[in-house]
Amino acid sequence: MSSVAAQQRRRSVAPAQAPVSADGPRLSRKHREWLAAGLFLAPDVLGLLVFVAVPMVLSIGLSFFQVSGFGSYEWIGLGNYERMMNDPLFWDSMKITGLYVVILVPVLFGVSLGLGLLVKQKLPGVGVFRTALFLPYVISLVVVGVLWKFLLDEQTGVVNRAMRAAGFGGESWLGSPSLALGCVIAVMVWVMMGYYMIIFLAGLQEIPREFYEAARIDGAGPWTTFRTITWPLLRPTSFFVLLMSTVAAITGGLDLIFVLTNGGPANGTSLAIFYIYQQAFGFGEYGYASAMGSFLVLIMVLISAVIFKLTRGGRFDDGE
Amino acid sequence: MASDTMAPRSGRRLLSPRAGLTALAVVLSLISIFPVLWMLTSSFKTRATVTDGNLIPRDFTFDNFVYVFTEVPFARYLWNSFFISAVITVAALFFHSMAAYALARLRFPGREKLFGAIFATLLVTAPVVLIPLFLVARELNLLNSYAGLIIPAIFNAFGIFLLRQFYLGLPKELEEAAVIDGCGHWRVYWNIVLPMSRPILSALAIFFFLANWNAFVWPLVATNDQALTVVQLGIASFQTQYGSNWNYILAASTVAALPMLLLFFAFQRQIVESVKTSGIK
Repeated sequence: MSSVAAQQRRRSVAPAQAPVSADGPRLSRKHREWLAAGLFLAPDVLGLLVFVAVPMVLSIGLSFFQVSGFGSYEWIGLGNYERMMNDPLFWDSMKITGLYVVILVPVLFGVSLGLGLLVKQKLPGVGVFRTALFLPYVISLVVVGVLWKFLLDEQTGVVNRAMRAAGFGGESWLGSPSLALGCVIAVMVWVMMGYYMIIFLAGLQEIPREFYEAARIDGAGPWTTFRTITWPLLRPTSFFVLLMSTVAAITGGLDLIFVLTNGGPANGTSLAIFYIYQQAFGFGEYGYASAMGSFLVLIMVLISAVIFKLTRGGRFDDGE
Repeated sequence: MASDTMAPRSGRRLLSPRAGLTALAVVLSLISIFPVLWMLTSSFKTRATVTDGNLIPRDFTFDNFVYVFTEVPFARYLWNSFFISAVITVAALFFHSMAAYALARLRFPGREKLFGAIFATLLVTAPVVLIPLFLVARELNLLNSYAGLIIPAIFNAFGIFLLRQFYLGLPKELEEAAVIDGCGHWRVYWNIVLPMSRPILSALAIFFFLANWNAFVWPLVATNDQALTVVQLGIASFQTQYGSNWNYILAASTVAALPMLLLFFAFQRQIVESVKTSGIK
């Protein structure tokens, strides 16, 4: 990074080259470049400001207000946070989110890494496997939700049909809180595994082949090779996957929950993000929902910091 | 190839590890595509046979699709999704490539800081700022309009980041020659840099289109007008309305998923490439 920047700072064109512009007062080459940069950046910077940065700040500000209906804001200080602390439903949703993240992220990590290692092999038809494993990712979570609701139906679903055919009893998959949460996790793994598989594959392909050849000459088995070469050199990719999947798990999946379980049964799949959505757009509690949202962001920042520490920021400069 | 010569060292075994891994890959691939396959074939089944547990429909019918398009303004939903996704994709690529070009190639004070700030917005995930975004959109009179569905969805640092990385890697000689010839920055960008970035632009285009076609939460929040309903919203409300008429619901889902599946098969390489580059920093 820094070397690229330094290279660019080095002037490769003589500064005296500035062509005379015919119109208006003559700007120096340097200033023309500044002006051009400003114009090139204006749309995106303005857009990000209005639709990302301002809402982010607003979100924190809003959390100190009681918002009731159209444009009626009343400053209540930490009132929303106090309410949050005493809201058992919110803490239930946080517990469910914790459980969801703690199961989903490692499973997704393991499955995707396994698939990445698998489709890195020179297997016959490996291109077809990659395609097949990635395919669920292109389908929207709404359609995914509809589809799995059909497959998991207690009476008519294919999953229970198969189980009964194999001699088991059918389960009420979406009917009990813990099973339903398990289903949401399983479906998420099914959707996302191909995406992270490709990311792992890219990371694996970055590892120089000579390392593996050297290991083979040394007589290292597959496990030793994985432990001493693949795993440490894959650290930047692992960091990326851990961080992305954790953030996605905490803030995403709203679409799937809406369609597959709608938070039920008995709030068993009411993730924090779903509860916050309900408070805001179901009951118009924008201030309260913003407080909970800000709290969620804080948690996310903390988790990111922990992952950053654990994976040493995805760097591996301690190796050699 | 080199590994093949090493393999028969200990005599040829009946089941090589490779055959085992291939079998595993076949099984996993089948698990992966099976649900999608089930959706596709079930959408051609009748009301009576949709839950019969057979993959292949016994009495094949197109009626579900006819029903979906005649009972519900599904064509309208599809058009809305297509129009919105296409406009977002084109606008986003245009603005992002401009911004990325400036961040990678132009020299101006505070460039690295600005890039850092833009990059930091990547950490702000959309659902978390949904509420204030809704209030901002309301203040700007963007609710219940195409503009409201389109404009907020354009701005995303992900595209800027990927394009900037790509531009940092481009050879500089071409632009330098053009600058010496007296080309302005706009002409360098438009005539030299844009054509050179066709591969990454096409990869990102498919990625953006896919993401916006599949978008659900923002359209749900920002619209309640039938005329603006996008296909994902259409499916969701169709499902609640038609309860257990799975043949219709699955036909509608198939119609919503099919364009993305076709796009995926046609542009697999580009999609996979864009995913890959997103993981490499």
